[in-house]
Amino acid sequence: MTNPVQTLSKSLTVNDNPFMKPVEWLSLLLLAGVILVVLPLALDAFRLNLVGKYLTYAFVALGLVICWGYAGILSLGQGVFFGLGGYCMAMYLKLEASSVENTKIQSTPGIPDFMDWNQITALPWFWTPFKSLPLTLLLVIAVPVAFAFIISVAMFKRRVGGTYFAIITQAIAAILTILIVGQQGFTGGINGITDLRTLNGWDIRTDHAKFILYFVNGGLLIGCILLAQYVKKSKLGRILVAMRDKEDRVRFSGYSVAGFKVFAFCLAAAFAAIGGAMFTLQVGFMSPSFVGIVPSIEMVIYAAVGGRLSLFGAVWGTLLVNFAKTSFSESFPDLWLFGLGALFIAVVLAFPNGLAGIWREHIEPRLTRRAKSLRPPEPIAVPRGVPHGAPAE
Amino acid sequence: MFGDYSIGDLSSIFVMQGFAGLILFSVYVLMALGLAIIFGQMGVINMAHGEFMILGAYVTYLCSSFFQSHLPSLFPIYFFVAMGLAFLASGAMGMLVEWGLIRHLYKRPLDTLLATWGLSLILQQAYRSIFGPREVGVELPSWMMGSVQVTDTIEVQINGLFVMGVTIVITLGVAALIFYSRFGQQIRAVMSNRTMAGAVGIDTERVDRLTFGLGCGIAGIAGSAFTMIGSTGPTSGQLYIVDTFLIVVFGGAASLLGTIASAFSISQTQSTLEFFLSGSMAKVLTLLAVVAILMLRPQGLFTLKVRR
Amino acid sequence: MAKDTRDTETGLGSPLRRKLLMGLAGVPALAMMPRGAFAAPPTSAVNTTGLAVTDTEVTVGILHSATGTMAISETGSIQAEKLAIEQINAAGGVLGRKIKIIQEDGASDWPTFAEKAKKLLVNDKCASVMGCWTSASRKAALPVFEQYNGLLYYPTFYEGLEQSKNVIYTGQEATQQILESLNWVAKEKGAKSFFMIGSDYIWPRTSNKIARKHIENVLKTKVVGEEYFPLGHTQFNSVINKLKLTKPDVIFTDVVGGSNVAFYKQLKAAGIDLSKQTLLTISVTEDEIDGIGGENIAGAYSCMKYFQSLKNPNNEKFVPAFKKMWGEKTVIGDVTQAAYLGPFLWKMAVEKAGSFDVDKVVAASPGLEFKEAPEGYVKIHPNHHLWSKTRVARAKTDGQFEVVYESPELIEPNPFPKGYQ
Repeated sequence: MTNPVQTLSKSLTVNDNPFMKPVEWLSLLLLAGVILVVLPLALDAFRLNLVGKYLTYAFVALGLVICWGYAGILSLGQGVFFGLGGYCMAMYLKLEASSVENTKIQSTPGIPDFMDWNQITALPWFWTPFKSLPLTLLLVIAVPVAFAFIISVAMFKRRVGGTYFAIITQAIAAILTILIVGQQGFTGGINGITDLRTLNGWDIRTDHAKFILYFVNGGLLIGCILLAQYVKKSKLGRILVAMRDKEDRVRFSGYSVAGFKVFAFCLAAAFAAIGGAMFTLQVGFMSPSFVGIVPSIEMVIYAAVGGRLSLFGAVWGTLLVNFAKTSFSESFPDLWLFGLGALFIAVVLAFPNGLAGIWREHIEPRLTRRAKSLRPPEPIAVPRGVPHGAPAE
Repeated sequence: MFGDYSIGDLSSIFVMQGFAGLILFSVYVLMALGLAIIFGQMGVINMAHGEFMILGAYVTYLCSSFFQSHLPSLFPIYFFVAMGLAFLASGAMGMLVEWGLIRHLYKRPLDTLLATWGLSLILQQAYRSIFGPREVGVELPSWMMGSVQVTDTIEVQINGLFVMGVTIVITLGVAALIFYSRFGQQIRAVMSNRTMAGAVGIDTERVDRLTFGLGCGIAGIAGSAFTMIGSTGPTSGQLYIVDTFLIVVFGGAASLLGTIASAFSISQTQSTLEFFLSGSMAKVLTLLAVVAILMLRPQGLFTLKVRR
Repeated sequence: MAKDTRDTETGLGSPLRRKLLMGLAGVPALAMMPRGAFAAPPTSAVNTTGLAVTDTEVTVGILHSATGTMAISETGSIQAEKLAIEQINAAGGVLGRKIKIIQEDGASDWPTFAEKAKKLLVNDKCASVMGCWTSASRKAALPVFEQYNGLLYYPTFYEGLEQSKNVIYTGQEATQQILESLNWVAKEKGAKSFFMIGSDYIWPRTSNKIARKHIENVLKTKVVGEEYFPLGHTQFNSVINKLKLTKPDVIFTDVVGGSNVAFYKQLKAAGIDLSKQTLLTISVTEDEIDGIGGENIAGAYSCMKYFQSLKNPNNEKFVPAFKKMWGEKTVIGDVTQAAYLGPFLWKMAVEKAGSFDVDKVVAASPGLEFKEAPEGYVKIHPNHHLWSKTRVARAKTDGQFEVVYESPELIEPNPFPKGYQ
């Protein structure tokens, strides 16, 4: 991991606006190289699976970069979408694991075990679509996006924004957690949906399957980065930034501000949902503890540590925080929260633009200088002097 | 469900139920008042609010053990001392945090959320390291336990009355401070226009620090009062934080009156629903109602009419 | 910051460094070798599945929440397991090998339990793991133990409906804990009506379901109310009013965590006098009373298999040993005692099997008798639960319990009770 973060210079000039600048291609290549080549070679199956799990959070952080960093909408309820995506996938896997022969000790064979424990004798209607894999794959995205659409239309049409939006999303996360926990006959309650085994007959628990899923996950993540990059570079992305910085002016120019916000929020929800579904596949269960407030805030912190304006930073930030969490808690099981808390405070106080900011402000200029001194005629790095956008408020 | 009971039984239950709602109301006001000052007036999203409350609770715990072992004769009145000390401890801690952390972030309100979240993790771990991971039991003087028999069937909890009393005193105190004192005038001036306030000679940094300290100090008093009705452990603060924020936002962030009105409506809804439905569903329905109303009226119940 | 990243990554990633560290950790162990090593059978014979067993050491994992909301409850279990392992080591270890502990923090977060369980099994090759507390954490970790053929000793009383080759349940399952005490309260107090209050998750709901079936079908009495509150709920005045309205003979509670404290404090403040009103709880041990305050709960009945105040020679040795290690003020609850059993049951099974291999240890477990258990005498049932007695005890103001009833015989564990599902 020698070259961790790459900058995203937010040039607003239209002409000089290729899909990705050379330096961005470089960072993409670097990220893809680390995720798809270096880590699989360097880590054993257990650690690799852990990285795979962390990378599912990176989907959420990626969505937050678009929705918070670019559109200025801070959501403290991304766990809701991560959880919904994960639950959709888990429902399919659970139905497959609850075949009649697997569950013959139950009083009603063929339904998930937790339903049987709660005296439910027939599969509830909203579980039936999850018998089909294609439908499930569709619903994994569709359910969270529809939910995000309803929330965001209601809020943005009435111009709820800023901290209000953050707190309302937080309340929604709390409500959904209580609902899932309370309706344990239908949802598995606080235990979540556990003991998932196969995906369309393919055993997802083996090391081999985990290895493959890791690459699927990595590939999807890079796909999402490219999609996000496309959105960011399109005219839409520039409207999002304009809206974040001067919402009224965009509105007076005749744009439907609410519509764009809804789009950004739904896109972030879709990313989170993909992450949730991949989480379920790789970890083998889903529980309401991902829907609540704490994970939602943690995911915002991943994006903040990485740099809220940097797509690549979001991925690195997620990896860094999770590695820190795992290694602190393995080495100091009693004291690791001190380290984690201090990390958050340090990032906010000293590095408001996160890892990406450190790269852009400290490392890149130095590299540029060195590159210049080595090869004076043609500088390789990005032209400097383009003003960076103010942080997202 | 009421078929089997006499009218007298029912009416006394309804009286007590109304009283239960009032206690919940007082609890909510106490929780939210400090945050209303910090979030509503200063715009700082203090996720560590619950931890400031628990600091007050631990101070009360220390006081109770100190009085028990050293000044047993004064034990009956230790609670008042404890509340005073809780205010000072949490307030001092709040001012320290403002100085070290918050004052660098006034221009980035959403970042205060992340920083104070980190702070709350650190505080939780600090409590765990100092007081141990288990909950501590705070012993109350005997006069604060039990209930007053109003009629044959109506009983009123003494600690409930006590919490209500504390709430009234604190609320009136805060209102007097903000609306009628010179310091309150300065707070309001700084909050409506920092630059102008500075220009007319108000030391805005000092006002910020004291305001934040005041909010945290009130949280400390709330925590101290809650040792009577709830648990005191390193993570107990987390139990309160969502409710607290919702109350403040629902009331309209910049309005103390709004906070009180919203605490009243939420507590009454919840307490009534809890009586007719199961506890979990009551909570979900209350939260849903709050979110629905916030969607219709995003600025909250009350708003300050200012030109921005 | 960027430099830190690099360090962390290579630190986690390099198998070489890990091996080096393991080698270093082995050095002090080598120094201890002469003691008892001569008696130890060769490692190749007792460990055929690649567990972390050397000629002098065997690695055992402890997996509980040291942080987060559950740390309140799980701390006692960690302490008991460490005490048991220290005592085993002092007595010469297992098959001549000292037990080395690797402790991981589940952080009160179920997915973390699964992650750490996997680490303990795959990375550290622990021969057995003492751990998990809540049902949710066990459910999350269970597939990991089954997949990697690990061995988990689970200490908490729980809802039943589970039986795994890879788990030994050292706490009671729901029917063991509940039925006997309901019979007692019906007979002794002439209870005719019950009001059930629980936290909203699987253990209280399943326990209450079993209790309700027993109350309605066996005792032929009635349940006048059943209420659940979200975990962490702190306001119980409304339900207390319902109690006053319905006037049940018995309040049957399984509220947990911080809610417990709030519930009893408010019950007491509302003037419900537990010396007159019968309250039967299955979720309050000495640990919980620490937070609730003895004066708030005195008079309530709790049913468990173990209380600190039990009078028998085993317990009279156990309690002082525990206090010596963890401080005079610590208390010992039911789960703490059950956690203490885990390492001993494992040791006995290993010695009976003559091997650390999980399959052999599991095969040797049923029928094992542990006569030195603080709760008296326990025996492992073929369904991997323990035969145990159930006791009903009354809480006193000093935070201790006074046992008022003890089942005459050991009760057979029955995790899938017929007629109660």
